[in-house]
Amino acid sequence: MDSDEDIMYDDDYDDSGNESSGDDDVEFAMVEEPNNPKERQELDEYPYEVLTTEQILQHMNECMKEVNIVVEMPSTVIRMLLNHFRWDKEKLMERYYDGDPEKLFTEAHVASPFAKMAVPAKIAKKEHRRTGPSVEECEICLSTLPSSVMSGLECGHRFCVSCWAEYLTTKIMSEGIGQTISCAAHNCEILIDDATVMKLVPDAKVRLKYQHLITNSFVECNRLLRWCPSPDCSSVIRVQHVESRPVTCRCGHTFCFACGNNWHEPVRCTLLRKWIKKCDDDSETSNWIAANTKECPKCKATIEKDGGCNHMVCKNSHCKTEFCWVCLGPWEPHGTSWYNCNRYDEDEARAARDAQERSRAALQRYLFYCNRYMNHMQSLRLEHKHYATVKEKMEEMQQHNMSWIEVQFLKKAVDILCQCRQTLMYTYVFAYYLKKNNQSVIFEDNQRDLETATEKLSEYLERDITQENLVDIKQKVQDKYRYCDSRRRVLAEHVYEGYDKEWWEYND
Amino acid sequence: MAGLPRRIIKETQRLMAEPVPGISAVPDEQNARYFHVVVAGPEGSPFEGGVFKLELFLPEEYPMSAPKVRFMTKIYHPNIDKLGRICLDILKDKWSPALQIRTVLLSIQALLSAPNPDDPLANDVAELWKVNEAEAIRNAREWTRTYAMGNI
Ligand SMILES: [Zn+2]
Ligand SMILES: [Zn+2]
Ligand SMILES: [Zn+2]
Ligand SMILES: [Zn+2]
Ligand SMILES: [Zn+2]
Ligand SMILES: [Zn+2]
Repeated sequence: MDSDEDIMYDDDYDDSGNESSGDDDVEFAMVEEPNNPKERQELDEYPYEVLTTEQILQHMNECMKEVNIVVEMPSTVIRMLLNHFRWDKEKLMERYYDGDPEKLFTEAHVASPFAKMAVPAKIAKKEHRRTGPSVEECEICLSTLPSSVMSGLECGHRFCVSCWAEYLTTKIMSEGIGQTISCAAHNCEILIDDATVMKLVPDAKVRLKYQHLITNSFVECNRLLRWCPSPDCSSVIRVQHVESRPVTCRCGHTFCFACGNNWHEPVRCTLLRKWIKKCDDDSETSNWIAANTKECPKCKATIEKDGGCNHMVCKNSHCKTEFCWVCLGPWEPHGTSWYNCNRYDEDEARAARDAQERSRAALQRYLFYCNRYMNHMQSLRLEHKHYATVKEKMEEMQQHNMSWIEVQFLKKAVDILCQCRQTLMYTYVFAYYLKKNNQSVIFEDNQRDLETATEKLSEYLERDITQENLVDIKQKVQDKYRYCDSRRRVLAEHVYEGYDKEWWEYND
Repeated sequence: MAGLPRRIIKETQRLMAEPVPGISAVPDEQNARYFHVVVAGPEGSPFEGGVFKLELFLPEEYPMSAPKVRFMTKIYHPNIDKLGRICLDILKDKWSPALQIRTVLLSIQALLSAPNPDDPLANDVAELWKVNEAEAIRNAREWTRTYAMGNI
């Protein structure tokens, strides 16, 4: 599909369309204003590439070649050494020239490529002389076999090729080990190189899995690479330096390169990670239970307060104890004051109440932000349904003599809507941790403006659009989404400015 | 079940022909992958004089994966738990298909001679072994007398 290009053309088209339409609506005027941030973002570009698995292999080979030019060693040895240094070429070179290469090989559990030339020849000769027409026993299958079917590494441990195949297949398929398969002999830590694995594994499926494991460890070790987190995607994003920036994969998924989460402007990775951990944490749920329920003072059954009245009657049919929600004392002495506990001011009761209020207030606050965060997440999912509706609408419009390119604004509107929802969603994470100050008040105003604009656009796309004249729609939709987009940019720029100028202070 | 791999047949034959001193391993009549093992407590160890029954099973993936071995006789040892499970590296991540039943049994015998309380499976035993070795050894002797003598 060439949908990416479509969107790009659409942008161009829209821009020229604006000029000719000569719109001087109030909302539109506000769109023009935040052009500075837009320019800034364009200037401040973040170059990245989307690579296929094959390209990753190629990239890996290039890295190895660069080392090989300087240090002549078999490619697998280089790969293993690079892996040992998490693909930091400089570090490898430094260590290589700095001291004892043999020690380096031992440390990385790689057979010394320089011993290679000497040892096997010696072993082979010895073997030959001793047994005449050479046969050897394979220590795994315990069969005596001709030396021609025996194979091994520089360490001198030799097994028959079918035992090797079974051993490697078990490691690759059952244990999922690629990079670090060691020799089959007991206590031998020499790692098996790619060429040997490829040679000894007859099954193409196993070899493919092996290659996948190798590329995976390459990507995982390399800071400048990240797998697209989309479940069915096997592309890799490659950047020139790590930064919290949005990258869009070939599959259409946009995510933060630094942390791999969905693009989370304007909140920073660390704060988001903290938030996600908090949301995952079950203790929040138990806190809620602790704050909103109490135990019956007699039978300990859990009681939830369901109305304003403090006169509680235990729901356990065998108990039915009457007690006061506030002081947990028996109800009887409270008399007829159904809504007020007259023992409220007793020290003990007050202390208990304060503690409970504090935890409840903190929880209420968390729930407030969490609910809004979740709502936008939910709406964002629903917004994706809009694409289908909008597609229908676009087809309908085309039947009314509008060109294909003229109706793309509707898709653009949903794109912007989704972007705004996503930003809004993460503003609640930011806001949850934000301490109140003058700038945080401005931030909250921006948040409110964006929220209102976004809801208006959403509502318009969802409902009103069908009731209007087709020609009017375009102008209205464009005005609305441009306004939303401008509010989103204003909000984000303000937050970024705050990062630069250290306006933001956080709660834990 | 598929036919018995050549490796298992050969290993069993050799084990019968040249048994490991102090150890007997006999395949079950019904199941050639299941071995009845008896290990004599090594001389000079607190297990001396005892005979310990073990079971050893060769899983389908053997020799690519390790045999499963368990003490049937109760034993007071920091690397063997109440259920008789053994903490031994070659039975786990250090397993190599080039190892054999023979090497496994020799390693278990060696573990009886030299308990390793720093890598324990039975924590309470290991604890005592570290803080009061003499008492731990007394316990091991006691258990050997109670459970591993006259039990066969
Ligand atoms: Zn073999
Ligand atoms: Zn080896
Ligand atoms: Zn992708
Ligand atoms: Zn991030
Ligand atoms: Zn009750
Ligand atoms: Zn009360």
